[in-house]
Amino acid sequence: MAERILDVKNLEINFHTYAGDVKAIRDVSFHLNKGETLAIVGESGSGKSVTTKSLMGLLANNAEVMGGSIMYHGKDILKNSEKQMQNIRGKEIAMIFQDPMTSLDPTMKIGQQIAEPLIKHKKIEKKKAWAQALDILKLVGITNAEERIKDYPHQFSGGQRQRIVIAIALVCYPEILIADEPTTALDVTIQAQILQLMKELQSKIETSIIFITHDLGVVAGMADRVAVMYAGQIVEYGTVDEIFYNPQHPYTWGLLNSMPTLTSTTLEAIPGTPPDLLDPPKGDAFAARNPYAMKIDVEQKPPFFKVSDTHYAATWLLHPDAPKVTPPKEIVRRHQLFAKMTAHESV
Amino acid sequence: MVEKRKKLLEVKHLKQYFNVGKSDEVKAVDDVSFDIYEGETFGLVGESGSGKTTTGRSIIHLYNPTDGQIIFDGKDISKMKSKEETLAFRRKMQMIFQDPYASLNPRMKIKDIVAEGIDIHHLVKNDAERSKKVEDLLELVGLNKDHSSRYPHEFSGGQRQRIGIARALAVQPKFIIADEPISALDVSIQAQVVNLLKELQQDRGLTYLFIAHDLSMVKYISDRIGVMHYGKLLEVGPSDEIYTHPLHDYTASLISAVPVPDPEYERNRKQIIYDPAGEIDHPENPRTLHEVVPERFVRCTDEELPMYQKRAAKFTK
Ligand SMILES: Nc1ncnc2c1ncn2[C@@H]1O[C@H](COP(=O)(O)OP(=O)(O)OP(=O)(O)O)[C@@H](O)[C@H]1O
Ligand SMILES: Nc1ncnc2c1ncn2[C@@H]1O[C@H](COP(=O)(O)OP(=O)(O)OP(=O)(O)O)[C@@H](O)[C@H]1O
Ligand SMILES: [Mg+2]
Ligand SMILES: [Mg+2]
Repeated sequence: MAERILDVKNLEINFHTYAGDVKAIRDVSFHLNKGETLAIVGESGSGKSVTTKSLMGLLANNAEVMGGSIMYHGKDILKNSEKQMQNIRGKEIAMIFQDPMTSLDPTMKIGQQIAEPLIKHKKIEKKKAWAQALDILKLVGITNAEERIKDYPHQFSGGQRQRIVIAIALVCYPEILIADEPTTALDVTIQAQILQLMKELQSKIETSIIFITHDLGVVAGMADRVAVMYAGQIVEYGTVDEIFYNPQHPYTWGLLNSMPTLTSTTLEAIPGTPPDLLDPPKGDAFAARNPYAMKIDVEQKPPFFKVSDTHYAATWLLHPDAPKVTPPKEIVRRHQLFAKMTAHESV
Repeated sequence: MVEKRKKLLEVKHLKQYFNVGKSDEVKAVDDVSFDIYEGETFGLVGESGSGKTTTGRSIIHLYNPTDGQIIFDGKDISKMKSKEETLAFRRKMQMIFQDPYASLNPRMKIKDIVAEGIDIHHLVKNDAERSKKVEDLLELVGLNKDHSSRYPHEFSGGQRQRIGIARALAVQPKFIIADEPISALDVSIQAQVVNLLKELQQDRGLTYLFIAHDLSMVKYISDRIGVMHYGKLLEVGPSDEIYTHPLHDYTASLISAVPVPDPEYERNRKQIIYDPAGEIDHPENPRTLHEVVPERFVRCTDEELPMYQKRAAKFTK
């Protein structure tokens, strides 16, 4: 069995606001295997960033962990002091943040910002650290890197800044890399280059990656496993093939169905808006927008039903007594592909 | 025959350089020309750092161009003098910024951010009307009216981006520059926002400059597309044709790199690698945009033109 490098159990996080408590993370459990890429996808505001920030001990001041544990090397990260976290952060667990501009210091040359973790964590002398910074800057595809290493963040384009943030995260060769929308600011060719770089790093030093993205095409190319989040909960998880070809939760169906293709003429958005997390619904949080919702969906939260050893989904549709429904056309097409693929395998 | 369309925006030989004369001089935009017609969506795609945002910022007059002209609604924007002229321009043209974090003032409540333009242009009579307007706008972009008294840091990336969209729509502009307006959103909300932008276009005759990396989305929303690389515009044409039959090698490589939500396909993907070495200009024979076939432009020399015409001939009929 694969070694579990990270094990998150029953995580609950609230934000205190003057309007009340925002229940942002509601009983989230998942694990990360050594050397794998786990993608987290899902609705905007569903808690992807908050979940991963908690792994880094970087929650906002008004956040409170209400329960759960995050086991890393046999210890619960949530019990670490800020001092202990500082030693892990950037060195063992590195994060590429969603907002490149706020994670860069506007008053510091970018070379210094890339070299700093090397000087701080690896005790490498300044000159050597700058040389390594230059190497990694070239690796992430900044042209004229020798000159530009002395520039400040505001002198770079959105995508270039993002590559600088990526360089800072990679420079110490972390054990776990958390990448929150690392490539959304990049054009597809640079994106392909950065994804390739992450894969190489992974095979070289067995980095485990948590990859958050809205781009399901990127997920298809990068992930070993996928977790789907909605309204502060994980609603489905499985291998990349299971999620793309055999999805079970109606929210996952909606996601896969709203992707434009190079030939689409209409876009199928999921109607409605996500629930207010100040007062989350008691049943399946997706019920209000779910055309397949049953009475029980509004009354009771669905447990995880097992689809395979690696695939689980929290939807009442998987209950043995649930009526059979026909998913959207695009999903039926994917299910048929899956049937063919698995028939092939069992021969 | 192409019907006679009104040009809303003309960009003529725009050059925007930074750090001029220094060792780190950047020719962010280097002799770019294109027109945008009233009511259309012009998509701008291309390499990161190729000058798309800079082009947008020059158009909305956040920079003074190093060279060239920008004509909006028949007027040269660098010749605006009076305060009234500038104010009128500001109301007609709005920009949705790429970085939803940096573009929202952290000390302002959402309602005040959205109403910024309403206040500047005195578009409401009283507080009640202002609140109503803000609530309508928030609802329009899929946010909740309860959100209006909160601050930006209380929102996720995608939620902030929608606040930026609501702010831009508040003054009812004619022309919107949308710089990566949807890349921070999940696909379902992307679909909602794009459908919203399309609806607004139909109802209010809006014109868009739509900058994005997601080529499938750009194709979906745009009538015409321009492809940028290293500060230059390499190819312009109707979006369907560019996607199915790219003329320039860079465009072809860009399209071949679009990720597809299909793991099997991704495992076997064949990407076309582009070598920019051939793009270096000789000063005595510089490349310019040539109309290869009607409506389709490629940046090339007179000598290269026949080759592109041959390529194009293969696709037509
Ligand atoms: N400091 C805060 N105070 C109050 N609420 C917050 C705070 N930070 C986040 N939230 C709320 O927590 C929820 C989860 O936010 P999070 O940033 O994790 O979303 P996300 O899944 O990363 O979304 P996106 O895809 O848009 O980045 C959201 O509803 C957000 O409004
Ligand atoms: N204020 C500035 N000073 C110096 N150089 C700049 C400045 N602003 C932009 N640049 C440079 O100009 C070039 C074009 O930048 P721009 O932001 O227009 O690119 P872009 O096409 O929008 O890229 P992205 O897709 O990454 O957002 C880049 O090389 C960038 O580093
Ligand atoms: Mg996020
Ligand atoms: Mg940009």
